[in-house]
Amino acid sequence: MSERKMPLSRRRFLAATALGAASAASGSLAMPALLRAQGAGVKLGLLHPVTGALSYSGQQGRIGATMAVDEINAAGGIKALGGAKIEPLLGDAQSTPDGGTAEVEKMNAAGVPCIVGGYASSICLAVSQAAARYDLPYVVDVGVADSIVSRGLKNTFRFGPGFGVISKTALDNLTIINDQAGKPAKTVIIVHEDSLFGSGLAKLLNAQLPPKGFTILETIPHPTPMRDFNNVVLKIKAQNPDIVIPANYYNEYVLFARTMREQHVRPKGIYSVLGGAASSYKFVRQFPEAAKYIMDCNHWFNPKSAKAQELKKKVEANGQFFTYELYMNYSVVLLVADAIERAASVDRAKIIAALESSSFSGHVMPYGPTKFVNGQNQGAAPLNTQVLDNDIKAILPPEFAEAKPVFPMPA
Amino acid sequence: MFSPLILITAVINGLLIGAVYALVALGLTLIYGVLHIINFAHGALLSAALFAAFMAYQKLGIDPYLATFLIAPSFFVLGYALQRFIIGPASHGDDRNMLLVTLGLAVLIENALLYAFRADTRTIDLAYSFKTIDVGFTFLSLPRVISFIAAFVVASVLWLVMTVTDTGKAIRAVAKEKLGAELAGIDVAHVYAITFGLGTACVAIAACLLVPTYYVNPSAGNAFILIAFTIVVLGGMGSVPGALIGGLAIGVVESLSGFFLGESLGQVGIFLIFIVVLLVRPRGLFGASA
Repeated sequence: MSERKMPLSRRRFLAATALGAASAASGSLAMPALLRAQGAGVKLGLLHPVTGALSYSGQQGRIGATMAVDEINAAGGIKALGGAKIEPLLGDAQSTPDGGTAEVEKMNAAGVPCIVGGYASSICLAVSQAAARYDLPYVVDVGVADSIVSRGLKNTFRFGPGFGVISKTALDNLTIINDQAGKPAKTVIIVHEDSLFGSGLAKLLNAQLPPKGFTILETIPHPTPMRDFNNVVLKIKAQNPDIVIPANYYNEYVLFARTMREQHVRPKGIYSVLGGAASSYKFVRQFPEAAKYIMDCNHWFNPKSAKAQELKKKVEANGQFFTYELYMNYSVVLLVADAIERAASVDRAKIIAALESSSFSGHVMPYGPTKFVNGQNQGAAPLNTQVLDNDIKAILPPEFAEAKPVFPMPA
Repeated sequence: MFSPLILITAVINGLLIGAVYALVALGLTLIYGVLHIINFAHGALLSAALFAAFMAYQKLGIDPYLATFLIAPSFFVLGYALQRFIIGPASHGDDRNMLLVTLGLAVLIENALLYAFRADTRTIDLAYSFKTIDVGFTFLSLPRVISFIAAFVVASVLWLVMTVTDTGKAIRAVAKEKLGAELAGIDVAHVYAITFGLGTACVAIAACLLVPTYYVNPSAGNAFILIAFTIVVLGGMGSVPGALIGGLAIGVVESLSGFFLGESLGQVGIFLIFIVVLLVRPRGLFGASA
């Protein structure tokens, strides 16, 4: 979902490093500007891949982050700093790690006390390292690779769950759903895209599904982009598995689900882990028939939170889709604002300390009060959702569920 | 391990997708056969046509199949203008320059699309998108069957144009012997532009046939272009029947190798054929001997 191959050409590398060097040189000169800025406002770096392959996700993330900034400012800004307004500094990572690094250099030179964003794991890895050189606090919005927080960088915090937690939750919940239905499912076919994200997940599933009593009939890798899923679906049809687990990006996910529908292949369940489109309102709106009853274990807002529902209404009133990039960035900006409030300062070390001790719970995610251990938010966890009645409903865990899982899916 | 019925289905799937490949390759082979340039802008033009078909449906409510009759002529004009006023003049008579100009055009078109529409992937949902034909042992996607038939119709029409009409004869004359054709009074620049226009119109038709089942984004066309190059080599540069047969053959090879070797390796079969053809029969199946 958030891993892409990002080629680093010689020219891009030169451009990025030259830019980096230039802005680093001006960085020391720009320091007095930071001091002057304190009274006027608090700068906040919002870094997203708003152009390139990941631009849709990046733009959604930027919308969420700026909505939070507007809300904070409308409510009187950072009170501990005399009502200082947050001044967002928008950066574009151009869907590449070096694009992200270049933006960090610029933001550092502009004297931001904190950076939020990244989206793709590869960008987050690069950005966290670049920010660490300046002890610049960096809060990851989405990036799920666990190496982002396991390298011991003091400046890096991740609000959302990592890959390990997500896949464990997904498998546990699949077992729960199957057990509740009287164990109708025994066989599985995995369809995954063949880069880091899909292959990594397939490997994990191949190791962890058999001990839970599932037989994996076949694991089918495919490239991205993929023009035609007819043969994949044909193979699935021939082996008639109980559950199909797709792990791919949005386009391929949609194409795959449509072909399944077209070929009248109806397994007992379609269950995704970080599915590219499985819990996307856009997919449900455009292809309600293909999306029906699809289950997903993914980032999801807390459906029981009034604040989340209010935000959802506001976003949809603007004609936008309420996607995880949006509400995760929204939450992260609120979290950072809370940390700056408690630090009562734009000093980077003080903000890092405030983040370390954060117990912020005013977000819209089902994570409970925030608690960072080695940079990872301990409460962060995905939810299980299912497409029911042309809508996406949370089905697990029970404390957040809006509906009971429909499994096996009706013929 | 698989029953013969499944293999037959895989072959049919290959033929259905192969017909669309053939349409894209038709345009390419025509342009190559006459202008002797590899049109690098072909993929970008396909993306542009996909967007045109998408917008025709979204903004004007025109069904993609009907839109063919609007978009194909407009893309003919676009192709004609591109060759006549940009690629031709910019090349200064040197084929290598033409190659670079088409490459430049590809970058330009793709980024213009990116600027106008963003990288967001779009799809349209039509009443018949999911319609299938039950043939007993499998379901065939209706839009795919339509595009299969349409590909044959387009190839036949193109073949007729090339063999019967004066324009077709002029195109073939220019392809065979440019100087001779010029001496015989044929306006080579005009024929070049007509050919480029026809090639672009083929891509536009392919786009209209693809839109009901495929997605649209600024780089969607690229997925087809490498395959189209292979088909052109396989079928013989400049050969209309070659592109059609080659497209179907590549479709089947891709389908079967994808089936047996896994989808990630499906393309291996295609490029193996590409290498073998280059080694054994470099002029392709239907290519005229050099």
